[in-house]
Amino acid sequence: MTSITKPAVRHPGLEKNALGLTKRDYEGSMSTLCAGCGHDSVTAALIQAFFELDIPPHRAAKMSGIGCSSKTTAYLLSQSHGFNSVHGRMPSVATGANAANKDLHYIGISGDGDSLSIGLGQLCHAIRRNVNMLYVLENNGVYGLTKGQFSASADIGSTLKGGEPNAQPPIDPVLLALNLGATFVARSFSGDKSQLVPILKAGLLHKGFALIDVISPCVSFNDHDGSTKSYRYTREHHVDIAPVDFVPLQSEISARTEPGATTAVTMHDGSVVRFRRVGEDYDPSDRDAAYGFVRAHQAKGEVVTGLLYIEQSGADMHAVSKTVERPLVELPFDELCPGSAALDDLMSEYR
Amino acid sequence: MVNDFAFKIGTVNGTGSASANGLLMQSIFRMGVPVSGKNIFPSNIQGLPTWYEIRVSEHGYTARPNEIDMVVALNPGTYARDVASIRPGGYLLYDSSWPLDAALARQGINILGVPFGAMCVEAFQGDRPRTLMRNIAYAGALAALLDIDIKVIETLLHEKFARKKALLDSNHKAIRLGYDYAKENFACPLPFHLRHMDATRDYVLLDGNTSAALGCLYAGATVGAWYPITPATSLMEAFKDFCERYRVDADGRRRFCIVQAEDELAAAGIVIGASWAGARAFTSTAGPGISLMQEFIGLAYYADVPAVFFDIQRTGPSTGMPTRTQQADLLSIAYASHGDTKHIALFPANPEECFYMATEAFDIAERFQTPVFVVSDLDIGMNDWMCKRLTWDDNYRPDRGKVLSAEEVAALPKFSRYVDVEGDGIAPRTLPGVHPKGAYFTRGSGHDRHGAYTEDAAAYRDVVDRLAKKLALAAAALPAPEIVTQPNAEIGIVSLGSCHAAVVEALDRLRDQGIACDYLRVRSFPFAASITEFLKSHSHIFVVEQNRDAQLRSLLALETGVARDRMTPVLDYGGLPLTAEHVVRAVTSQTVGAAV
Repeated sequence: MTSITKPAVRHPGLEKNALGLTKRDYEGSMSTLCAGCGHDSVTAALIQAFFELDIPPHRAAKMSGIGCSSKTTAYLLSQSHGFNSVHGRMPSVATGANAANKDLHYIGISGDGDSLSIGLGQLCHAIRRNVNMLYVLENNGVYGLTKGQFSASADIGSTLKGGEPNAQPPIDPVLLALNLGATFVARSFSGDKSQLVPILKAGLLHKGFALIDVISPCVSFNDHDGSTKSYRYTREHHVDIAPVDFVPLQSEISARTEPGATTAVTMHDGSVVRFRRVGEDYDPSDRDAAYGFVRAHQAKGEVVTGLLYIEQSGADMHAVSKTVERPLVELPFDELCPGSAALDDLMSEYR
Repeated sequence: MVNDFAFKIGTVNGTGSASANGLLMQSIFRMGVPVSGKNIFPSNIQGLPTWYEIRVSEHGYTARPNEIDMVVALNPGTYARDVASIRPGGYLLYDSSWPLDAALARQGINILGVPFGAMCVEAFQGDRPRTLMRNIAYAGALAALLDIDIKVIETLLHEKFARKKALLDSNHKAIRLGYDYAKENFACPLPFHLRHMDATRDYVLLDGNTSAALGCLYAGATVGAWYPITPATSLMEAFKDFCERYRVDADGRRRFCIVQAEDELAAAGIVIGASWAGARAFTSTAGPGISLMQEFIGLAYYADVPAVFFDIQRTGPSTGMPTRTQQADLLSIAYASHGDTKHIALFPANPEECFYMATEAFDIAERFQTPVFVVSDLDIGMNDWMCKRLTWDDNYRPDRGKVLSAEEVAALPKFSRYVDVEGDGIAPRTLPGVHPKGAYFTRGSGHDRHGAYTEDAAAYRDVVDRLAKKLALAAAALPAPEIVTQPNAEIGIVSLGSCHAAVVEALDRLRDQGIACDYLRVRSFPFAASITEFLKSHSHIFVVEQNRDAQLRSLLALETGVARDRMTPVLDYGGLPLTAEHVVRAVTSQTVGAAV
């Protein structure tokens, strides 16, 4: 992946967050994706989310696999460690990093090829382990870097640029995640930053695996009329059915007065996610209902977006493993090595 | 024949013979007599043939026995071959609850019948206890026939079943059934038998996987990732057991994290992610797992990420024979993954070395920021070996390699990940979360010395040339080969790993036959300069290894430039541990009568 460093020019009037950082401090190198790529909008939304949550950039770790989406980890958070690993295998690398140091904010950025074909198994098992991370699946239904083959998320009947229709049923990451017991499942659209940013923020603070499927159109290979992952198609068919407001812990009190909130979910750190009622009654804590809801709208050709399911009580990988509160990387050697006396005693058991 | 013989028990797996065999081994060991056991078991849970070979050697030879003095035949399915394996004049012990099977009636051996089945049916209730106690009963008969100290056996039973009175009683009863019957009916002891020695005082009976797991514990490894696979499973399970014993806080919280992954690819990814984040992490696997991990191994090599892999080799290719041993992963490890790669490998010869090499592996991996393979095998990993008590130096501190602290990063004008600051090919690294200035982008795609993406020829070469230099310089810092010389030896024997036990025995036998051989045991890869010197300074080289294609010889030829045809392969690849006899025969057939 090519990368171009941005000039370090700061406008003195830039807005600062609680850490005194500007949004520029959360940016990365210049994107080399195609002009108009949905992924760049997701990058911008992530930068916004990190900035607004006042996360120190070096306390985040960016994990990715291979593909256009995976390249985007270079385009944000230049002060964070990044790991652009192996195609489809980012979930395992993120699992290992998280096992070692649970205190970082892990964001995994993947695509539909990376997550739903070559890496489907790894995605499934990261969900099952409930690794504490934000997993953004930038979904465009097509292989971009290899110039336009169908991915596993392509809808039946959706066509390639040349007109060839897809015959195989799609793998829907949202339904998959609901099925596998994911504790945070959302879908959004790269073209709707007002929805995407609060969902990303909620996902970042969710204690567990937060999957966000972001429809992110590929302008070069999948934005034509026959595509069901184009800007036009998504704009016309996406239904924001579970809109959220994300209320960080420190501003919760002022937010209480906001009208229209029907459901509030308190996050692990005390922040609150509020679901506004729009038209339909939607319960984001009912897994089966969420599943049925997404399916029912799919049958009508609609793409449901919003925070579709959230469960704050699920134990993440560390809770299940009963690991100590401190990150394993911070444990001093003396607490890990039993020493010579213990070995002498132990040896007597092997006689 | 005192304290120098071997016997073999042939049973069906799943019948509980392991505890009887273990009891026999341990009793002999507690008598102070050197002993080794080889479990030859099927890839199956119940109903297939399994053997246990026990070798008693006052000289301390631990290789698989060259001949079998006695067979305990309890599996009708293998009677014919079990009886055929007894040396002429040897003994057969069989269950005479039934008439002597025609397959057992061999001339030239001594046949002893004990009605184990009938006695146990009478003495015990229920099918399972009867089956289990039949094993203990043959242990009792062997105790009488071989003069295994019955007091030692009884002490062991008391230790084992201290809190299980009923089991203690039934075991005790079963031992006596066999023991008393043999005493009453045969001239005990047999010509080959045991006598107390004092040669095991400083030793333990330990398998290599347990020992390697202890090494990981002592090295401070905190993350283990794995996928169950024979014969590597017991390594991670032992690590888990040790961690639960030594690394759990009073509130039940654990100072370790073990992830049973969905496959070996994920296990490798988890290890690499954890190591990248600053933990000591490892995986235990076997050949099929190594095959699956190839892509990740290349990533760790190219991105300078430490990682420790234990490969407990089994018989390949493909699924092969999962419960048989081999040394056939050498080439696939040395250059694992696509592209130009080379990897550090350590070759323990026994469980003792598994412990020390396990701890060293983490130091080496972190010092050189690269994958390190501890290449063991099923024979070392799963069999109990007599080895020196493991010891630990409390002054040991992990070598974390060049990891920059927050202060060190802050003091830098700018951090660049892959700059060879000290000229040793090792670039200082930073860990995530430590300091914003230390951030960099780890990638398996082409990168320059700053860690930035590149497609530039010179910038690419700069990085891969540094990696080559790093690995070349590493050779001198790895465990040195063991070299044993004899006066005027012109023959040189080169070997590695579990072959060692058979080769040292063969060296003695060859010397007794007037054939003096020098010996070099390879303990690590890339090869030290002393290996090249050894090869060049001997007119006739034998390379002893357990694979079909002479993989070690190929590696030696590739890496040292010594011609392949100057090195005679001595190969054993049927899946059973090597015997000294095999080595002696191979060497003498090439050298006796020929001018060497």
